[in-house]
Amino acid sequence: MKHTISDLKRGEKGIIKDISNPAIPLKLYEMGCLPGNEVELIQFAPFRDPLYLNINGSHLAIRKQTAELIEIEKIENHITL
Amino acid sequence: MSKQIKVALIGNPNTGKTSVFNALTGLNQKVGNYPGITVEKKEGICKLPRGIKAHILDLPGTYSLNATSLDENVVIELLLNKNDKDFPDVAVIVADVENLKRNLLLYTQIKDLEIPTILVVNMADRMERHGISLDIELLEAQLKTKIALVSSRKGTNIEHLKDLILNYKNLSTEPCVNASVIDQEYFDGLKKAFPNQSIYKLWLVITQDVNFVKLDRNLVKDTSSFSTKSRSDLKRMQQKETIVRYQFINNVLKETFKKDINAAKDLRSVLDRILMHKVYGFATFFFILLLIFQAIYSWSEVPTNLIENTFSFLAEWIKETLPSGAFTNLIAEGIIPGIGGIVIFIPQIAFLFLFISILEETGYMSRVVFLMDKIMRRFGLSGKSVVPLISGTACAIPAIMATRNIENWKERLITILVTPFTTCSARLPVYLIIISMVIPQGTILGLSYQALALMSLYILGFIMAVASAYILNKILRTKTRSFFVVEMPNYKIPLFKNIAITVFEKTKSFVLGAGKIILSLSIILWFLATNGPTDKFTNAEKIITEKYKDQNISKEELNKHTGAYQLENSYIGICGKTIEPIIRPLGYDWKIGIAIVSSFAAREVFVGTLATIYSVESDDENTIKNRMKSELMPDGTKVFNLASGISLLLFYAFAMQCMSTLAIVKKETNSWKWPSIQLISMTGFAYVVAFIAFQILK
Repeated sequence: MKHTISDLKRGEKGIIKDISNPAIPLKLYEMGCLPGNEVELIQFAPFRDPLYLNINGSHLAIRKQTAELIEIEKIENHITL
Repeated sequence: MSKQIKVALIGNPNTGKTSVFNALTGLNQKVGNYPGITVEKKEGICKLPRGIKAHILDLPGTYSLNATSLDENVVIELLLNKNDKDFPDVAVIVADVENLKRNLLLYTQIKDLEIPTILVVNMADRMERHGISLDIELLEAQLKTKIALVSSRKGTNIEHLKDLILNYKNLSTEPCVNASVIDQEYFDGLKKAFPNQSIYKLWLVITQDVNFVKLDRNLVKDTSSFSTKSRSDLKRMQQKETIVRYQFINNVLKETFKKDINAAKDLRSVLDRILMHKVYGFATFFFILLLIFQAIYSWSEVPTNLIENTFSFLAEWIKETLPSGAFTNLIAEGIIPGIGGIVIFIPQIAFLFLFISILEETGYMSRVVFLMDKIMRRFGLSGKSVVPLISGTACAIPAIMATRNIENWKERLITILVTPFTTCSARLPVYLIIISMVIPQGTILGLSYQALALMSLYILGFIMAVASAYILNKILRTKTRSFFVVEMPNYKIPLFKNIAITVFEKTKSFVLGAGKIILSLSIILWFLATNGPTDKFTNAEKIITEKYKDQNISKEELNKHTGAYQLENSYIGICGKTIEPIIRPLGYDWKIGIAIVSSFAAREVFVGTLATIYSVESDDENTIKNRMKSELMPDGTKVFNLASGISLLLFYAFAMQCMSTLAIVKKETNSWKWPSIQLISMTGFAYVVAFIAFQILK
């Protein structure tokens, strides 16, 4: 089953797999949202939107509609890249 | 004048770039605008050793050279245009040691433009606490540059940075990353087509959003000699480029950057858990709002009164000291009150910017944006619209200036357009006097009718702001794509120097910018009120003396009647008479008409104007109120009754009658289009609502 960032629960981590959806802003790539990098969901705002993430050491918030475009693989344990 | 070294200060947001700028230039800085756009241009002079000076240009913060906003566009336009007078001799890239990886992305891009580049690694004072160690020498070798490891907060190593700037000619201009590996064939074609151009520069020109970059695209128009790519292909290549750059950065940092992950976790996660919590987070935000309100309403009262008294004293003094005549009157009744009308805003504006800059410096603002975004988005606003809408209850002017933080132009424009609906402090004196006249005393469930009426007007303002945002969101079309990526910076203790400079600069920019317009309109209003076209105006004294000669009245009384008669026959009085047919259906007479016209200078003028017209003795509110209460229409009915009172309240709640706000909207949107739309639609709406209210209630 395919997972996206918006499927993460609070405190869960994943590895970014696919970011080829053209609606993903270039800015996210530049912030380190690239395949192979780790993403952690730190916090939700009310109504689960926006999402507060730690991507590759960058702390940032994105809206749910963007998070749904970024495919990930969930991980249980911390992996250092 | 000796030649100055031109330095461009570039960096990601939240890297302490402004602190570095302040450390280099001190108070030798000025803030202006880039020609044609409202992006702030900050420049300053830095004294280097051996008597040489550097001109420092603090460019807007950007994450990369792929511009997504007007601010970021300034950076790329400058760096791609060698003929620009500000084109830097040397670029100084400011990076935050804790986010070095991400910060280096921009560095590698600028380096590839073959501009001499110095890397400043800032916030060195936080390294130890976060278990970070850096091999500077190796890093310098791999990045092909010189590095200054500074702490702009503590002021350490700034001298080293100055030395590096002084000796910029020794820096290598060799690129770090070869971007052409992402599609060798394509780039070979480019190279063949434009043998004299830097490949990376060409690539940037090709990939930038057409909406933004005004560069000479003819450069790459002739596509016969190389294959073109579709937009989505280009984006895929940009993605690939980003990966290539990060690969390079990862390799560099693997050897030079060590972080001990066992080092104690910082305050961040603890504070985030509270400040971004769905209950505590909102509670904290609410508390901070209360504090800001309190400051703006009560703390600024003392300085505001002081300014008011000083200016009225000054006007009196000039009237008494200078020989009487038109010139003295112009100074005492036009220019001084005009300047006073600007200066009076300073305490409120300064307090507001003090709080806003503290919230921004600490990193708290991003958390508010995060909390409020979803709620605000339902109305076409952004999480970032919260601050302006709150500030608007003090004064729309600083509130509109505060919208500059909103990157998305559409969300920013909507915020600017709806902010004037919130009940600003200038409406308060008008509301208070009318409510006390037309709303009956008495209570319901322990709350007085009058207090409820006042509260309803505040709520009405907010509802109108949000409702019109919703409508504008449906109407407005913009070409910019909307996205929301907000960095959550580390929490920091604000630096006094940074805040002081911000408050000073913003306040100054208001006083000089909007001030010019307020002052000139005040002078015009004064002229219109003190001059008249007919004999009736010039001979007012004679006519009035004639009229009252049989009655035994004091000289003072006579002067008052003369003043009232003069006003009636002045240009502005004629104006009031002329618009009377228009405002009659709303329940107003020509005197209220004059007050409305002069309210355009500032709403609070309403009370003062009526005071002059009704020629009462003092500005004491009760006296005016009693006089207003007994004012009768020609047909014998009272001027101020429930119907006309409500109609007037609604008119003031909705009408755009503040020229200072219009001036600032013009400044912020850089066009008369939006302030005109505001003026016409808000005032038109106010008219319709006031008309309906009066016709129903009368």
